[in-house]
Amino acid sequence: MFIQQLANGLSVGSVYALMAVGYALIYSLLNFTNFAHSITVTIGAFTTFFFLTYAMENLFLGIFAGILTAALLAAFIEFIAYRPLLKRNARRVYLMIIGLGISVMGDNLVIIAFTGRFRIFPVNFPSESIQIFGSNVGLVDILIFVVSMLALLVVELIIRKTKLGLAIRSASYSLEATSLMGVDTFQLILWIFLIAGSLAGVAGTLLGAKYTAYPSLGTFYTNKAFICAVFGGLGSLPGAVVGALVLGVSEAMISAYVSTSLRDLFAYFLLIAILLVRPSGLMGKSSEDKA
Amino acid sequence: MEYWLGVATLVGIYMIAVLGVSILCGFTGMFSMGHAGFMAIGAYTSALLTKILPIPIFAGVLAGMLTASLVGMIISYPTLKLRDDYFIIVTLGIGEAIKLIIQNATSITGGARGLADIPKGPNVVHVWLLVVITVIVLKSFIHSRHGRNCIAVREEELAAQSVGINVFRYKMEAMVISCALCGLSGGLLGHYMHYLQPNMFTMVKSDELVIMVILGGRGSLTGSILAGLLLLPLPELLRFGGAEEWRMVLYGFLVVMVILFRPSGIMGTRELTLQDVKTFFRRLPRKSGKEARSIDRKE
Repeated sequence: MFIQQLANGLSVGSVYALMAVGYALIYSLLNFTNFAHSITVTIGAFTTFFFLTYAMENLFLGIFAGILTAALLAAFIEFIAYRPLLKRNARRVYLMIIGLGISVMGDNLVIIAFTGRFRIFPVNFPSESIQIFGSNVGLVDILIFVVSMLALLVVELIIRKTKLGLAIRSASYSLEATSLMGVDTFQLILWIFLIAGSLAGVAGTLLGAKYTAYPSLGTFYTNKAFICAVFGGLGSLPGAVVGALVLGVSEAMISAYVSTSLRDLFAYFLLIAILLVRPSGLMGKSSEDKA
Repeated sequence: MEYWLGVATLVGIYMIAVLGVSILCGFTGMFSMGHAGFMAIGAYTSALLTKILPIPIFAGVLAGMLTASLVGMIISYPTLKLRDDYFIIVTLGIGEAIKLIIQNATSITGGARGLADIPKGPNVVHVWLLVVITVIVLKSFIHSRHGRNCIAVREEELAAQSVGINVFRYKMEAMVISCALCGLSGGLLGHYMHYLQPNMFTMVKSDELVIMVILGGRGSLTGSILAGLLLLPLPELLRFGGAEEWRMVLYGFLVVMVILFRPSGIMGTRELTLQDVKTFFRRLPRKSGKEARSIDRKE
C-alpha cells in the first residue's frame, strides 16, 4: 500500500514538476507569472488524444505531437501577447492580466471546440503492474516518472551545457546586462517559452494518459504546479522540482490514509503555511519586491 | 416585467462585488483571483445564520460581511509584504479552498447539491439602494487620505513607502473593503436566489469580477459601473446552449485587446461626471490616447 502510493505520488509529483519548472523558468527571467501556462497543458493533452484517435496509434509519436503543438502554442502566445507589452516596457501586472485573459479565452474555446467530455486515450501505457517489495506498482506510474525525469534532464542539460543555456543562466541574473553582452533578448525569451511550452506539452500528454483529456485539465493542474513553484521558491528550478515531488507524494499519502476529499485542500493549506513560515520557499532567493 | 426586474436585481447584486474588486484591483493595484470565494463566505454565513437562528436577514448579511473581511484579513496578512504574485496565488488558493470546504461539509452546507430554503429577502429596490450607498461610501473613501494613499501605492509602491505611506496598512484596508463588499454581495445573492450552490462561486466568477474592473478602467468607479452595466446582464440575456462559453471567450478576448491597445480600459483613471455626459451629447468628443497611455509605463 505504502510503496504503491509512493509510486503514485512520485508520478503525479513529477508531472507537477514539469509545469512548475515552466513557471519558474519564465519567472526567473521576466519576473512575472505566466497565467497562460494552463492552456498549453490542455492543448498538449488534446493534441495527443486526437493524434492517437485519427492519425496513428503510436504513443511515442503522439506524445511528440503533443509536445510540439504545446511548444508552438506557447511561442505563439509569447509572440502575439507578451512581446508587444515587453517591448513597450509595460508594468508586470499587465503581463499577468493578459495571461489571465488568454487562459479564460483558451479554456472556453476548448470547451466549445471539443465539448466538456472526458476523453480516454485509445492507446495508452501498459496497464499491468509489477511487484516491488511485495506490493503492486502500476507500470504507468513508473513510466510517467521516467518520462518526466528524462524531460527535466534534457532541460537541465540545455541549461548547463549549451550556449543557449549560458544565456538563460546569465539572463536570470540580469536581463539587461545580458542584452548588453550581445544576446538577442527577444529571441532568448522566445526560446524560454518554447522550452516551458514543451514541458507543459509533456505534462499535458502524461496527465491525459494517466487520467483523461478534458478542458479544465490544464487549469486544475497548473494551479497545483504554481503552488509547487511557490513552495519551492518562485524562480528556482531545483526548488520547483523538489516542491512538486513533495506535494505529489503528500497528496497521494493523504488521499490514501486520510481522505480523498482533503487531498485538494491540503495543497492550499500547505501554501498558506509556507507563506507564513518561510515566504521565500524551500530554495528561493528573495521574495521581496525588487521594484 | 418581472423577468427584467430579476435581471436588474442580479446586476445590482453583482455590481456591489465588482465595486469591491474595483477598490482592490483598480485603485490599489492588487490583483485577486479568488474573490468569488469571499462572496461564498458571505452567502453561506448569512444563509446558515438566518436559517438556524431567529435573526433578521440584514443581521445575517452583516455577519456575512464581517466573516468575509475577517477571512480576507487573515489570509492576506502573510502575503501583503511579499510580491504580488504571492497575493494572487493565495487569493486563488482561498477561493478554491472555500469551494472545496463547502462541497465537503455536506452536513452543514448541503454540499454540491446546494442549500435550499434560505429566507427570502431583498428586492430590486433594496439592492439598488445598497448599490447607491456603496458608491457614495467608496467615492468618499477614494477622495479621503486613505483612498489617495491607496492610489499612491498602486502607482509606485517604493515611492509611496519613501514618503511615509504605510503600504501594508493601505493594502490591507483595500483588501478588507473588497472582501466586505463581496461578502455583502454574496449574502444578498443567497437571500435573493433562495438557494445556494458551491458552483455559483467558481474561479470563473472571480476572473469575471477582475475582468470587469480591467475593462472599465483600473482606477475609475464609474468605469467599473459602466463595464458592469454592459457585461453583467449578459449571462441572464444569453441563456441558450453554448452561450456561456462564448461569453467567456468574449471576455478573454476583450481583456487581451484592451491590454494591448487601450491599457486604461473604458475610463482610465478618470471618473465620468455629469458634465462629461452633457459634453458627450453636445458633440461627440475626439478621444485622445495620450492620457490613456500615461499610466501603463513603468519608468
